[in-house]
Amino acid sequence: MPRITVTVDGIKYEEDVEPRLLLVHLLRERLGKTGTPVGCDTSNCGACTIMLDGKSAKSCSVLAVQADGSDIVTIEGLGTNGSMHPMQRAFHEEHALQCGYCTPGMVMAAVDLLRDDPEPSEETIRHGLEGNLCRCTGYCNIVRAVRRGAQEMGQAVSTP
Amino acid sequence: MTMQEVGQPRRRKEDPRLLTGRTQWTDNLARPGLLHVMFLRSPMAHARISRIDVSGARGLPGVVAAFSGRDFEAEQGSLPCAWPRSPDTIVPDHPPMAVSEVRYVGEAVACVVATDRYRAADALEAIEVDYEPLPAVLDMRQALSDGSPSVHESGNRAFTFRSTHGDIEAAFRDAPVVIDRTYVQQRLIPSAMEPRAVMCETDGESFTLYSSTQIPHILKVMLALVTGVPEHTIRVVAPDVGGGFGSKLQVTAEEVLCLLLARKLGRAVKWTESRSEGNLTVHHGRDQLQHIRLAADSDGRIRGLQVELLADMGAYLVLLTPAVPLLGAQMFNAIYKMDAYEFACTGVFTTKMPTDAYRGAGRPEATYGIERIMDELAAELRQDPLEVRRRNWIKQEEFPFTTISGLTYDSGNYEAATDRATAMFGYDKLRAEQADRRDRGDPVQLGIGVSTYTEMCGLGPSRWFGQNNAGAGGWEHASVRVLATGKVEVITGSTPHGQGHVTAWSQIVADALGVPFDDITVLYGDTAISPKGLDTYGSRSLTIGGIAVLKACDKVRDKARKLAAHLLECSPDDLEWEAGAFKVRGTESQQTIQELALAAFTGHALPDGAEPRLDSDATFDPENFSFPHGTHLCAVEVDTETGWVKIRSYVAVDDIGKVVNPLIVDGQLHGGIAQGVAQALFEEAVYDSEGNLLTTTMADYLLPSAADLPNFTLDRTESPATSNPLGVKGVGEAGTIASTPAVVNAVVDALRPRGINDIQMPCTPERVWRALEGGRA
Repeated sequence: MPRITVTVDGIKYEEDVEPRLLLVHLLRERLGKTGTPVGCDTSNCGACTIMLDGKSAKSCSVLAVQADGSDIVTIEGLGTNGSMHPMQRAFHEEHALQCGYCTPGMVMAAVDLLRDDPEPSEETIRHGLEGNLCRCTGYCNIVRAVRRGAQEMGQAVSTP
Repeated sequence: MTMQEVGQPRRRKEDPRLLTGRTQWTDNLARPGLLHVMFLRSPMAHARISRIDVSGARGLPGVVAAFSGRDFEAEQGSLPCAWPRSPDTIVPDHPPMAVSEVRYVGEAVACVVATDRYRAADALEAIEVDYEPLPAVLDMRQALSDGSPSVHESGNRAFTFRSTHGDIEAAFRDAPVVIDRTYVQQRLIPSAMEPRAVMCETDGESFTLYSSTQIPHILKVMLALVTGVPEHTIRVVAPDVGGGFGSKLQVTAEEVLCLLLARKLGRAVKWTESRSEGNLTVHHGRDQLQHIRLAADSDGRIRGLQVELLADMGAYLVLLTPAVPLLGAQMFNAIYKMDAYEFACTGVFTTKMPTDAYRGAGRPEATYGIERIMDELAAELRQDPLEVRRRNWIKQEEFPFTTISGLTYDSGNYEAATDRATAMFGYDKLRAEQADRRDRGDPVQLGIGVSTYTEMCGLGPSRWFGQNNAGAGGWEHASVRVLATGKVEVITGSTPHGQGHVTAWSQIVADALGVPFDDITVLYGDTAISPKGLDTYGSRSLTIGGIAVLKACDKVRDKARKLAAHLLECSPDDLEWEAGAFKVRGTESQQTIQELALAAFTGHALPDGAEPRLDSDATFDPENFSFPHGTHLCAVEVDTETGWVKIRSYVAVDDIGKVVNPLIVDGQLHGGIAQGVAQALFEEAVYDSEGNLLTTTMADYLLPSAADLPNFTLDRTESPATSNPLGVKGVGEAGTIASTPAVVNAVVDALRPRGINDIQMPCTPERVWRALEGGRA
């Protein structure tokens, strides 16, 4: 059984894994990182989105062995020093979640979207989140939250 | 002066946990030695099981057990149908695991229990099943014709229900205008984002079953009735539940089987479905053929309405299957006055997944039918669709109004909502642009769609349920406990799955008891914590569950008043309640609710006969439904060369009575409207000619993404409900009920000059293009 090393939310793990084990199952069932949920089996819904070496990835579509040596951030590790990331706060302020199941993936995808475009238009946000499905909100407040999150992150960057 | 909490856009208490991944989805649950269950499912729509052999699975690495339906035969009972509303309803036997015959693709025929889910999946492949194919039954009209193969021995007719109000023949006789249309309500897959999951653990005597369910209380009773496991040995927990929309208002085969597996093996077992498994086996929604006839005078006044439905039950009647289309029986007449109304519905068995409640449950279907045909009436008379509605709707001064179908609408103001909506929408300007585009022969045509809906909501009065042959009532329960330290625990029987009960109930309690919002917690979803309840569906949580909370607070305050009078040595009548304290009128002496809670806790100085603790519980059973209503207006651009439909603007003005939290209300409307738009434009569950579901994944079943939907512009009017002390009406289903006809009316409106008067949902580019090609031919 291959042995892999991954860093997840700042903690280093060494695990023996079956080659077929999905990364999301490694996270959820071996490492107890249940903050990342699974919503589908065809990589359409994006609920399992994480940051893999700084880029968003759907962890249901990555094998654990492929993640060997990588640095992973999940929704559980997005905040710092016990406080929420600006994007998480923005989702709270704008009521951008209801049941909350798509939320971890949606927040990770939103954070990733801002890497490419720190001040996205509504159109850019809507298309940028195309790979993440939500059944509760109709997306109106998610779009607002991403704009607010972008503003707050922009301010955080520009504040000396 | 403390701020009134009710009415404030409080940010939700639920959020921080959900936003940081500290969640309790059922699939997260782990136990030492937990076993994983996987089901083998029928690949045939209809077949006899001639041989099934699970022995190949037993003995494979990690496999603890493998069973077929025969192994459960003596104990599995029959899955329940709790609402056979029509007296002639035939409820066929429905074993949780098929024993001798399968009737839809996806029906469970065997299972494997293993140490992990990968090994369980491997072992399924070692199970051998021989199927002897039987004919699939897929089309409702064919299913009812002579010589059709049967789904069940009893035939394909589940029931026929008919109700007539007024003289329908007279209404149609010599009517100057008769509109006759047939609409298709396509089959939908509810698609809550959290797939279903069940975990059951046992100590050998009692069972705790965790499930991603909307109905832990109903499930507990039903598990006992189905399996014979004594009710008092079953505890049901609905931990975090990731959306439901009616799809988790069910007693499922997998829940029953996990209970039985835990009992057989004496171990904790867990099953989590894959999305493709869920698309096959989570109950579907809608699926009706609607034949509607409407008779009117030449000025547009409605004389009569005749509705004849065929409703696809699927292969079995599950929890509410036959009752769902019949919720339309009193809804097709909607907000309109008429001389006569006839409703008939035949439930039809087919070899497909059973249908049941999906957001709105029967009321979106009815609203679609009437709101579509109102537009047809307007077109026939060359009148504005709003004008035809105005001529027929119940006027504001006529409330309370008893409709032709016998419901009494307590309040409403259709004029106000419509005036507000048309102003926000820029109705006249859009009509002018539409005329201009038509004149210019613009390849992109503009369509304007109207939906002036109402719904019977807040399900519902127990007496009404009883009169209509339901297995349960519609009351709801709450407990309110002011703890020794002055903090408050609220227990609610209505189990949330995204609605924001914790926040909204906290707002209600903060006002009622004068305690800080942050001092209140709300507990739910565990029959050991919340022993009484009837759960969450039918836009009932606030209108019934919230009122139970309010009533419990009233009782707590009554108790506190007696205690305060005793401690302050005055008559209860000399006390006034202000901001969380009882004050002796005209003096400075007072006892705060927190002081009283401590006194009630110590019990040192209680009045004679008083019981310690400042707590109470209450149930609320409404005397009537609530009737939210509203006017939704949709403008679409239709590209006549490609068939592409783009929503340009969408305005919704809803009257849901008093609002507890406007943030939550708007969120419910956004999501509800999106789901209705999805039915209009995107979604359809498709079976092929053999009865195989073709839309088993999210790649095939088109849930709209952010890129597919517009912003929705919302506003409200407020006609408080008179059936409850908060004046609330409920909002969970309103958006979905209203939006589907608004969108389709807009699409048809855009194309009407091309001779098109209907496009079957979903109005995909292909369907629109084909309709235009037909029009061109």
